[in-house]
Amino acid sequence: MSKHRYDPQATVRAYIMVFACLMIFTALTVAAAFVDLGAMNNAVAMAIAATKAVLVAMIFMHLRGGSPLNVLWISSGIFGFVIMIAFPLLDLLSRNILGIPGK
Amino acid sequence: MQTSEAKKVNYLSAQHTVASWLLTIDHKRIAILYLVSITVMFLIGGLMAAAIRAELLTPAGDLMGSDTYNKAFTLHGIVMVFFFLIPSIPATLGNFLVPLMIGAKDLAFPRINLLSWYIYMVGATIGIVATVTGGLDTGWTLYTPYSTAYATTNVVMPAIGLFITGFSSILTGLNFIVTIHKMRAPGMTWFRLPLFIWAQYATSIVMILATPVIAITVLMVAIDRGLGLGIFDPKAGGDPVLFQHLFWFYSHPAVYIMILPAMGVISEVIPCFSKKRIFGYNFIAASSLSIAIIGFFVWGHHLFTTPQSMYAAMAFSIITFAVAVPSAVKTFNWTATMYRGSVSFEAPMIYAFGFMGLFLVGGLTGLFLGALGLDLHVHDTYFVVAHFHYIMVGGAIMAYMAGLHFWWPKMTGRMYPEGPAKAAALLIFVGFNLTFFPQFLAGYAGMPRRYHYYPPEFQIFNVLSTAGSSILALGYLLPLGYLLWSLRYGRAAGRNPWGATGLEWMIDSPPSPHNFDETPVVTWEPYDYPDAHRRTAEHAASEAARV
Ligand SMILES: [Cu+2]
Repeated sequence: MSKHRYDPQATVRAYIMVFACLMIFTALTVAAAFVDLGAMNNAVAMAIAATKAVLVAMIFMHLRGGSPLNVLWISSGIFGFVIMIAFPLLDLLSRNILGIPGK
Repeated sequence: MQTSEAKKVNYLSAQHTVASWLLTIDHKRIAILYLVSITVMFLIGGLMAAAIRAELLTPAGDLMGSDTYNKAFTLHGIVMVFFFLIPSIPATLGNFLVPLMIGAKDLAFPRINLLSWYIYMVGATIGIVATVTGGLDTGWTLYTPYSTAYATTNVVMPAIGLFITGFSSILTGLNFIVTIHKMRAPGMTWFRLPLFIWAQYATSIVMILATPVIAITVLMVAIDRGLGLGIFDPKAGGDPVLFQHLFWFYSHPAVYIMILPAMGVISEVIPCFSKKRIFGYNFIAASSLSIAIIGFFVWGHHLFTTPQSMYAAMAFSIITFAVAVPSAVKTFNWTATMYRGSVSFEAPMIYAFGFMGLFLVGGLTGLFLGALGLDLHVHDTYFVVAHFHYIMVGGAIMAYMAGLHFWWPKMTGRMYPEGPAKAAALLIFVGFNLTFFPQFLAGYAGMPRRYHYYPPEFQIFNVLSTAGSSILALGYLLPLGYLLWSLRYGRAAGRNPWGATGLEWMIDSPPSPHNFDETPVVTWEPYDYPDAHRRTAEHAASEAARV
């Protein structure tokens, strides 16, 4: 924050660049949906979405060059989200693994 | 700041118009707005509880049919959990005290604070209107597939009400976290913060990380029901157990939204009435954070009787036992604080004692329920009902009452009559135990929850319970009477009626609109009470510096 001088021109340029990237990635998502990659379709779409999210977080939300506290808070949100997905998935994947109902 | 300026304007006398209240951005006034609204909610929820207890007096359903009974306990649960307990301590005492305790003039975002009250009011109004008009009979847990496919009552509207209310909680949490990080007075380091602040901070983490999940989950129920998307419907590839995962991902941590601030209150009250520095400050602060974090990994203990994989269940059970450790750390530290202190028995302290006893019973019976085998036996019985009422009523509400009585002189500038206050605390303690202890026995003997009729052999437990609930109701109505009375007739409290430490006790009661005339500089350690047996020279010096 304080160590980075505020430079309006550079900031606006960065915003426009990111916006352009987001648009390109959106087009890419649509294009990728028309190519049959089997199970990889989901993976590709998710990868593109994740890249976009990182761009937004880093540039628009000023995580890059911001205080480490902000990074910590965003990470805790992501961590919470991962737990929310991972634990039910652990449940789902470990059901009936012994082939005995309920075991 | 001399006492001769007794007629100085305070936050209550600064303005008198209705608009000055409804458009206020003063955290203290917003706390009062919340106090009034959650009291109304408590009365609505309490009325439903009375209806439930009256119905259960006899084994037959004589007062209402199944449908009405189902709606009554659903309304009771939703109102008490979402519209009373969740905002109770954070939104009233927290709103009032967080800036005062850290030496700030307001919260970081005063307008967002007001917004969160309006959001709460909109959500609560929708929730109440929907539950009263159409009624909702799913229980407060909204379990699928009943809520999505079979319930003929009003599910979507209350769901929207809950969705909206969630945002008020998120905004309050956000406000507290930013305030505690950014607005501490000079010298108010992290380890000089009152433990109430640590508790609010830990609570805010849970509010921010967990509340969005319940919001989106109830929205999915509404979508599933309205559009038949089948997110929780096996026929469409969905899973009803997924709902339980998502619901308890929030609702277990939500228990900590209710109990962590309660523990914060107790950590303030006990050192004050023991006149001793709190024992193990660092451990109590750290245990708040570890409860908040570990509390996110235990929700599967609500799913032990579902098709949840037994491996997941084992993990959840072990972590459930682990989360009891930080709670026990706090309980032992409070007890150690009282050891050889000069303990006195003013009303807030009696409530705090009530909290400690009841929370202990509630916490230990929680371990019964976290054990994989025993849980099968007592699942969905009155044992569970008794357990969570010991935590939420015996724990959270008892501490809320302790805090309300402790800080009432600060909030209003008036003392309440001590005699009735002590009587109410004892009535609540006796009434509470008479209401809920028999439910442990009934549940262990096999009485299921959520039925309005039951086999006659359970009647003795229910008669005791209903009798207790009338004592409990009296205990709750009494404070309503004498606290309101004190507003007009109570004697002036002065700055520090309890001889407590903390910045909030160094300013006028009620505080001025901007809290501190000049920003305080903190040079002393927290809970700087004269140690009962070893009053040191340094302490006398710091006391002199403070005046
Ligand atoms: Cu739980």
